[in-house]
Amino acid sequence: MSSPSAQAPSPLRVAAAHALLVVACAVVLYPVLWVLKMALTPSQAFSMDPSPFPTTVSLQNFRDVLGTVDAYGEALFWRQLANSVIVALVTSALGVGLSCTAAYAMSRMRFFGREASMQAFLITQMFPGVVMLIPLYILLDTLGLLDSLLGLALVYSTTSIPFCTWNLKGYFDTIPRELEEAALMDGADRWTTFTTIVLPLARPALAVTALFSFMTAWNEFILAATLMSDERAYTLPVVLQKYVGDFSTEWGRFAAGAVLVSIPVMALFFLLQKQLVDGLTAGGVKG
Amino acid sequence: MPSPRARRARAPHPRAPLLGLALLAVGARPAAAAPVELKLWHAYRGQEEAALEAAVDAWDEAHPDVVVLTLSIPPDALKTKFEAAAPRGNGPDLVISAHERVGAWADASLIAPWPSDGAGLHPAALEALRRDGALYGLPLATKSLALFVNTALVPVAPRSTDEIAALVGTLPPGVFPLAYQATDAYFHAPWMHGFGGGVQDGDQMRLDRPENAAALGFARGLLEAGLLPEEPTGALVTQLFNEGLAATVINGPWFLGEIDPKVNFVVAPLPVISAVGKPAAPYLTVEGLILSAHAAQPALAAALGAHLTSPAEAVRRAVQGRQTVATLAAYDDPAVAQDAVLQAFRTQMDAAVPMPNGVEMGATWEPSARALRRVMRGAESPEAALVLAQKELEFFNKPPPPAADPTPWLVLLGLGLVAALIVGLRAARRDRALLVAGAGAYAWVAPAFLSMGLLVLAPFVVGAGVSLFAHHNGAWTFVGLRNFIDILLSRDWPITSSFSFYATLVVTILWTASNVLLHVGIGVALAMLLREPWLKLRGFYRVLLIVPWAVPNYITALIWKGMFHRQFGAINGLLVALGLEPVSWFSRFSTAFAANLVTNTWMGFPFMMVVTLGALQAIPRDLEQAAEVDGASAWQRFRHVILPLLQPALLPAVVLGSVWTFNMFNIIYLVSGGEPDGGTEILISEAYRWAFSRGNRYGYASAYAVLIFGVLLLYSRATDRLLARQQVG
Repeated sequence: MSSPSAQAPSPLRVAAAHALLVVACAVVLYPVLWVLKMALTPSQAFSMDPSPFPTTVSLQNFRDVLGTVDAYGEALFWRQLANSVIVALVTSALGVGLSCTAAYAMSRMRFFGREASMQAFLITQMFPGVVMLIPLYILLDTLGLLDSLLGLALVYSTTSIPFCTWNLKGYFDTIPRELEEAALMDGADRWTTFTTIVLPLARPALAVTALFSFMTAWNEFILAATLMSDERAYTLPVVLQKYVGDFSTEWGRFAAGAVLVSIPVMALFFLLQKQLVDGLTAGGVKG
Repeated sequence: MPSPRARRARAPHPRAPLLGLALLAVGARPAAAAPVELKLWHAYRGQEEAALEAAVDAWDEAHPDVVVLTLSIPPDALKTKFEAAAPRGNGPDLVISAHERVGAWADASLIAPWPSDGAGLHPAALEALRRDGALYGLPLATKSLALFVNTALVPVAPRSTDEIAALVGTLPPGVFPLAYQATDAYFHAPWMHGFGGGVQDGDQMRLDRPENAAALGFARGLLEAGLLPEEPTGALVTQLFNEGLAATVINGPWFLGEIDPKVNFVVAPLPVISAVGKPAAPYLTVEGLILSAHAAQPALAAALGAHLTSPAEAVRRAVQGRQTVATLAAYDDPAVAQDAVLQAFRTQMDAAVPMPNGVEMGATWEPSARALRRVMRGAESPEAALVLAQKELEFFNKPPPPAADPTPWLVLLGLGLVAALIVGLRAARRDRALLVAGAGAYAWVAPAFLSMGLLVLAPFVVGAGVSLFAHHNGAWTFVGLRNFIDILLSRDWPITSSFSFYATLVVTILWTASNVLLHVGIGVALAMLLREPWLKLRGFYRVLLIVPWAVPNYITALIWKGMFHRQFGAINGLLVALGLEPVSWFSRFSTAFAANLVTNTWMGFPFMMVVTLGALQAIPRDLEQAAEVDGASAWQRFRHVILPLLQPALLPAVVLGSVWTFNMFNIIYLVSGGEPDGGTEILISEAYRWAFSRGNRYGYASAYAVLIFGVLLLYSRATDRLLARQQVG
């Protein structure tokens, strides 16, 4: 399984490892290729053909998705893409911003209710969303945050806070305290130590946490469709969901939309893969 | 091409930008001389949406003082959104919806009777929109099933089921005479009505009628005679028709967009059932233009309705939007009269049965579908299947229990709060030192706590409060803990039934445990491989292996469902290539469960892999080398050196992962859909069904949600101990 040895492993082992990984990658990629095939096939039918490669290639589905216009004849896709990016970025900023101080307090300070609040954060992950939709709508209406991308981002960020806090706390735990203690001795206050010493060191965890919040917002559609009442305020997943009808689904356009929606996330994963490995602790204590 | 509406003044956005965050407040358009606004919500897309917009544009031209604001909403979200917005005064004046929601909306006083009588519209379509004698909305268009015939295989459309059966000998090998979604109750309904059956007997909802049993037997006979393909999903039916492997298909107008342009076909009314000499009669679904009870401009809305259903606009919607419009005069227009497809659906309209529009109708689908599937699988006789279906239906539509007196509950609640306060205060007193010393920490946690308290906790408490009520036909009754008692004592079902809380709980635990085991097992194994320094292309493999994490789970669930298809799925294709027997994945619990499990494992292992990769970096290699020098085997080194060091990082990830998996609704709902017979449902998908497809029993569903929460709370208490012990040890 694992060989810690410094010397080169036998060629047989290398070949076996590659074979295993190639099989794993094939299993992982097969369904993804299928989505790509449906997106490139100029038909709205769901493909049942086991081959993951398209027989006829056309960009029509992509053109359809990109070319949607609103009642005023203005391009909608780019506007909705911008909405999605804004909401997801604000969600990341709020999610990380609201949770980083809490995570730091939970990692470094002893206070009454600390364990209970760590638990409480986990517990909120257990609320089934089904029961919360209508109360949430009423609440946002009362607060005047309906139909606002900020309101949507606020809701998303609160759903991502528990994971963010857990993950950041796990990472803060691994940062040696000596650095901060030295700074505190020198007369710096907590806030300064936190912002100038701890946060820069926690960069990988901040990146992962932000990515996670970003994804929470990026893929959600039920809340977005319920809370937004302007087609120009929709986020991309809502638009994507329009291709899934009561009676039938326009698979080609849906797949093309799914590909377009997935590309930015995949790009982020690709860019952040180093941080992903370093910064994902999920509350665990490493090493 | 600029739409004429571009010239119109744009409506100012209803909400002002908050706190100067102007960037975030969308659509703050310049306000004009404030024309009257008329809001219209719909779920149309593509050409239907374009035709509606054109019709609205024509109205706008003639009414410069009125602005019609249309909003297209995904069909899945339209119902919830309307129900949330209308009572708060944020709803539209008009909503275009399938008529099956009219009953629930009228009962809840969300919609108002239409002010005119709908003269000139098809009587069956008007009938569909009536509730207690009142007309709720104008029918714009109808949808029903009809027969699609591949004319290359069958030059003349068959007029009877015997003619379809007679195709067997004449078609090329491998071509099915008929394909339709035989295990879907909506697609089975034409046979049911043709045999003289239905879901109602007089005023009563009745599924166990002898006519319905005859129809089930007939459908089973079609399958046994080899006329139909197995497990006919919508995707399969489309594929067979497009490849010339199905001579005829029963489907609706939406199918037109899925037919390959190379296929020559005609649309014909459904055939006569030869055994009884009556035509098969599909359900008629009506898209009604419905007036909100909170409409600000009912008279204007009615005028817009008259415009949209006028013959001229109906012709436009028929020609441009390909809609089977309900305006009778439209079919005399030359452009429509020559359109064979529209005429076929028009003819079918006369022989269709308007779907009942009450909530009790919504509750028939699941029992009917379960009975249908059992019969089609050959697991049960039609009569026995329908007896069970009737029992299920009666339970779903059960009237609410008598109202309970809230006083004792309020007292109990008050006492509970006082007790909680006392316990809290005592704990605070005991830890007084910590409270004082840690006072500064509260400022640090406050932002997270306040926002979560407001936007997560408060909605949950309100939602959970619903569990103390029963919802029936739009009316709420306070019932105290009755819902919980019914569920926990399994009063209505034997404890082994798939409707029982405990049976579902066992499945859910099995589901969670096996998932987490596989996620961690595969994740750790791959991470161990990927950390080897001698492995080339490590980064490449790593990126590919986290791809499932980045794809929206909605679409992967549907892809996997297709791959598990009995006759045409890729997985059975692979099994056959390996010389194995193909498996009917969704007809047995074990295989349906496995299908769900494989899908969710595909999605879930990358998270564990990445967590493990990170944790492995922190484990010094020299420990392992020392163990190797001592002669430990690879497995021993993993088991005794690496695993103990991984544990602190993995355990919290496992806790989090199991909570997510416990509530993983999408996979269950989209892959197995609970098949067979609800056996693979988990608690969260049951809660969903109680709320939305079993007579809108919101209270009961909310009680389920509270119980799910309780179960997870117990679980987290247990793991908390484990975590604490680990931190000490």
